Amino acid sequence: MKARVTVMLKQGVLDPQGAAIGHALGTLGFEGVETVRQGKVIELELREDDPAKAEAQVTEMCEKLLANTVIESYRVELI
Amino acid sequence: MRAAVIVFPGSNCDRDLAEALRGAGADVRMVWHKETALPQGLDLVAIPGGFSFGDYLRCGAIAARSPVAAEVVRFAGRGGPVLGICNGFQVLVETGLLPGALMRNAGLKFICRTARLSVQTTDSLFTSGYKPLQDIDIPVAHHDGNYQADEATLDRLEGEGRVAFTYAENLNGSARSIAGILSENRRVLGMMPHPERACDPAHGSTDGAAMFAALAGAMLAA
Repeated sequence: MKARVTVMLKQGVLDPQGAAIGHALGTLGFEGVETVRQGKVIELELREDDPAKAEAQVTEMCEKLLANTVIESYRVELI
Repeated sequence: MRAAVIVFPGSNCDRDLAEALRGAGADVRMVWHKETALPQGLDLVAIPGGFSFGDYLRCGAIAARSPVAAEVVRFAGRGGPVLGICNGFQVLVETGLLPGALMRNAGLKFICRTARLSVQTTDSLFTSGYKPLQDIDIPVAHHDGNYQADEATLDRLEGEGRVAFTYAENLNGSARSIAGILSENRRVLGMMPHPERACDPAHGSTDGAAMFAALAGAMLAA
């Protein structure tokens, strides 16, 4: 089973990289961009076949390593 | 003073830190990250600067989950003094020994220059050799030194006198210009600037030497 983890900075945490991307898009003439937030995607291939167990495992991985929950939020998808 | 300097793949200030500690009279052991025990009778654990594990995932994140990190957390839990400099500070926040997080510099650039710091507390093993609000010149070299925490944590750090150093000029966007903070028991210090790079007249500043001398003095007195 595959899982995809999306890690984003929490709302309200300043994202200087996202702001720089937004600025560059403006320079290229994309004027309709209100805000940009940059995050990361981590894909995992798991031996577990049971979706509930897989999701629980990946959630534990997020809490322990994949996200820094002081500043980041995460979303787990099974794919 | 018996000190251990922890070495991760990608640490690059480990020998400078060991030299600074030896200069203050310490007996220094280098400890590889795969060790599952610290040397006996340690007075200090020091986590050096560098790019542990290539800054993969987040700065300090992988190092904070290495076998030796669990021992460092245990040592700190027993009241053992721990000093984390630059990447060492990032490792300490990732272990949870210090609150908050170190994010990408607000200006997005790697900053490598001497910074003027203001000593905010002299009430710690690390800062007792300075005068209150003394200005000291200490080099910084980091890309991710922008200290952030929620407002309640920042208020608490300030209220409890746990902000050790602030930048005279906020160069990286850190909340409340924080350059270094202490743990609740004041025995864990994390700081982005590099005092070990300001210990010899040839470095251009010797303002860092007072920290290592104060540590050595405190250990002798203990």
